[in-house]
Amino acid sequence: MNPELGQVALILALLLSGLQCVLPIIGAWHGSRPLMATARSLAIGQFVFVALAFGILMWSFWINDFSVAYVAQNSNLSLPWFYKLSAVWGAHEGSLLLWMLILNLWTVALVVLGGKLPEAFFSRVIGVLGFVAFGFLLYMITTSNPFLRLFPVPPNGADLNPVLQDPGLVFHPPTLYMGYVGFSVAFAFAIASLLGGELKSTWVRWARPWTNIAWGFLTLGIVAGSAWAYYELGWGGWWFWDPVENASFMPWLIGAALIHAQAITDKRDGLRAWTLLLSIFGFAFSLLGTFLVRSGLLTSVHAFAFAPARGLFILVYLAVVVGGSLLLYALRAPKVTGGKSFALASRETLMVIGNLMLTVACAMVLLGTLYPLVGEALNIGRISVGPPYFGPLFLLLMTPLVLALPFGPLSRWGKADLKVWRNALIRIVALAVVAGIIAFIVGAHGWYQLLGVTAATWVMAGVALFAIKRWREAPRGKRYPFEMLGMMLAHFGIGVFIAGAILTRSMSVEQDVSMRPGASVDVGAYDFHFNGVTETQGPNYRAQQGTVVITRNGKQIVTLHPQKRTYSGGQVQTEAAIEAGVFRDLYVSLGDAIGDGAWSLRVYDKPFVRWIWGGGVFMMLGGFVVVLDKRFRLKRAVEPETVRVKPVPESPRKLAEGEA
Amino acid sequence: MNEAARKPFGRFVPLIVFAALVAFFVVGLVWNQTHDARFVPSPLIDKPAPTFRLPRLEQPTQFVTKADLLGKPYLLNVFASWCFACGDEHPTLMAYRDKFGIPLIGYDYKDAPQDARAWLQRHGDPYHEVITDQSGDTAINFGVYGAPETYLIDAKGVIRYKHIGPLTPEVIAKDLEPKIRALDGAGT
Repeated sequence: MNPELGQVALILALLLSGLQCVLPIIGAWHGSRPLMATARSLAIGQFVFVALAFGILMWSFWINDFSVAYVAQNSNLSLPWFYKLSAVWGAHEGSLLLWMLILNLWTVALVVLGGKLPEAFFSRVIGVLGFVAFGFLLYMITTSNPFLRLFPVPPNGADLNPVLQDPGLVFHPPTLYMGYVGFSVAFAFAIASLLGGELKSTWVRWARPWTNIAWGFLTLGIVAGSAWAYYELGWGGWWFWDPVENASFMPWLIGAALIHAQAITDKRDGLRAWTLLLSIFGFAFSLLGTFLVRSGLLTSVHAFAFAPARGLFILVYLAVVVGGSLLLYALRAPKVTGGKSFALASRETLMVIGNLMLTVACAMVLLGTLYPLVGEALNIGRISVGPPYFGPLFLLLMTPLVLALPFGPLSRWGKADLKVWRNALIRIVALAVVAGIIAFIVGAHGWYQLLGVTAATWVMAGVALFAIKRWREAPRGKRYPFEMLGMMLAHFGIGVFIAGAILTRSMSVEQDVSMRPGASVDVGAYDFHFNGVTETQGPNYRAQQGTVVITRNGKQIVTLHPQKRTYSGGQVQTEAAIEAGVFRDLYVSLGDAIGDGAWSLRVYDKPFVRWIWGGGVFMMLGGFVVVLDKRFRLKRAVEPETVRVKPVPESPRKLAEGEA
Repeated sequence: MNEAARKPFGRFVPLIVFAALVAFFVVGLVWNQTHDARFVPSPLIDKPAPTFRLPRLEQPTQFVTKADLLGKPYLLNVFASWCFACGDEHPTLMAYRDKFGIPLIGYDYKDAPQDARAWLQRHGDPYHEVITDQSGDTAINFGVYGAPETYLIDAKGVIRYKHIGPLTPEVIAKDLEPKIRALDGAGT
């Protein structure tokens, strides 16, 4: 298919998005039903054209159309077919197109499921999403067009970056983008409320499942990225605080805060201003993450020099979206914020503390990530601050959060109840101490290991106590609604994550060794026997493949084959070989030939490393399970609009009985 | 009661903070593009380098002191395996290590030794010698902001030049190499 068709499809989508931004909002302003009715068809039309463009780009990869510059830069005749297709989002231009496609999918989902919202509000929501889409499409067409042609046509492509040739790439960016883009729904709800000058807690309730799903996907994307780094970078590390990771972590932190703030606004009608601001910032950080990672701006402002139009557009777009939102907030807040206050020792207080910690942590990560840019802007040089900055500060901020975590679900809404806290505290401390003692008897003697066990138990004990409390107090069948189940899963996941992160760090044994064939090295309780290196051939790379036999007490456990691959483009990539297990990973990464047949190898025994990602998976499940709750399914209906701020009439659509 | 209505200016705070941030970046970028980059001179320039005693990366039981390095000039390059800007700088160091004419000494900053070794093994080792400062205490005396930074220290142990951020071929040609040549001219 002709790539120019893709170009035309993008331009048509741009035009439709422009209309989608303007018509429904004007319609809502003047109460014109015909104008509001355009929202649905415009959103669907835009989706059709973006999907068409996406399909055409994918087709160009499939048929190796190297006349398309983007294909020539990111594909190769010998690239396996699944990498060819996922190479569509392997670089800047294509990942923007994927972002657009996902935004359209979310919008269409909203169109299909949002029929019960008041029409004016719904139109504004779709209009805001249209504005987001318009900015992205304009950015793509003017600065990052994936359909640019290349002449003369090269006989073969330059190949996909080898770091990206991993099953992780196939689904890491799409899940991450599902998360990023998902926050656009909460954002659109917030802006639509501000535009309309009215915020109902039932609308916030309606937005909650979207936020939860987005956050769940973002969690999955981060987990996949972390596991991918663990496999591909050959370091055995799982988090590096590098700018790319931070870019996805910031919206995650804000998203976690937003989930809780929305719950308070929904159930208690409090914290409205906070919910609105978090909705805006959650999406702002998603935009920042999307732009900065692939455009290369995070590593250097010099990227501005290479592509000044891109850099300028990003700055202006971010300034318009975030600045405009905050201006709207400043002007409209008095009409929509407010809400009930609450006592000091209530559940709300604890959730607010958690919210503050998450937000401050996000600000801390932002400062550290942008530090090189700040340094460059201030002319003091572009320097990284790295883990020595992030590690201690993050720990400092998360400690109060983890300490307070178990008490949140156990306390009461709105009212102080110190007795509940005291009883819970006694039990949780007791359980954590018992767990510490058991760990000590089993053989954990380092204070750091004991800390890991007690901290994880602290969190999990809170979940267990909550489960028992519900079992005792709630009638059968209503004990664990999905909303609570999701919360329990996610909080439990945090406990699992803490155990994994601290135990891996304190118990890992790692060695850098140089070995000749036939040599052995002891790592922990395991014996690694090196059987030399052979050459193998992959589809688009040649590899030197080591053979390492691992035994424990003379019993063979596994034979591992770490590789060092040289891709057709000449790039070298290590492929660590990992024997994965629930309680420990054995990890071998092949270094360089030192001479005399000797090789340098990195060997690890990494206990509990899987728990880090296991915890993430629990959190993700928590985010998804909440969505199944009846609260969102049956009570989706919205009461008829009562207070109208604008004098112009809007057309209320009373589709269902309002709720109290 | 309406919280925002009570505090009419509170609701403008997010906007003002954001506007300040944007203004800061715009001014910084415009300033950078219109002004020649001149670093604020470090107060340590032309002052004796602080004394130090740090373990070698390869043999952590052996220590290198300031006195050991007196007698000939050298470059001290602060780096770390966690520092992504150092990854940008690394190819330049690999290309220039033998062209400086004086030893290039790596200063591994707040880094686990095994990570630094793996990093050098993975990317290549441009240094004639690497010393490690895991705690970062000595780096405070040097006035290290972060990584990467590069110090030119003469034969008498005096800091002659300091560059913050990655060395680039332009910086080397324009600033660093003239300073190194000036050392030769002074007969040190």
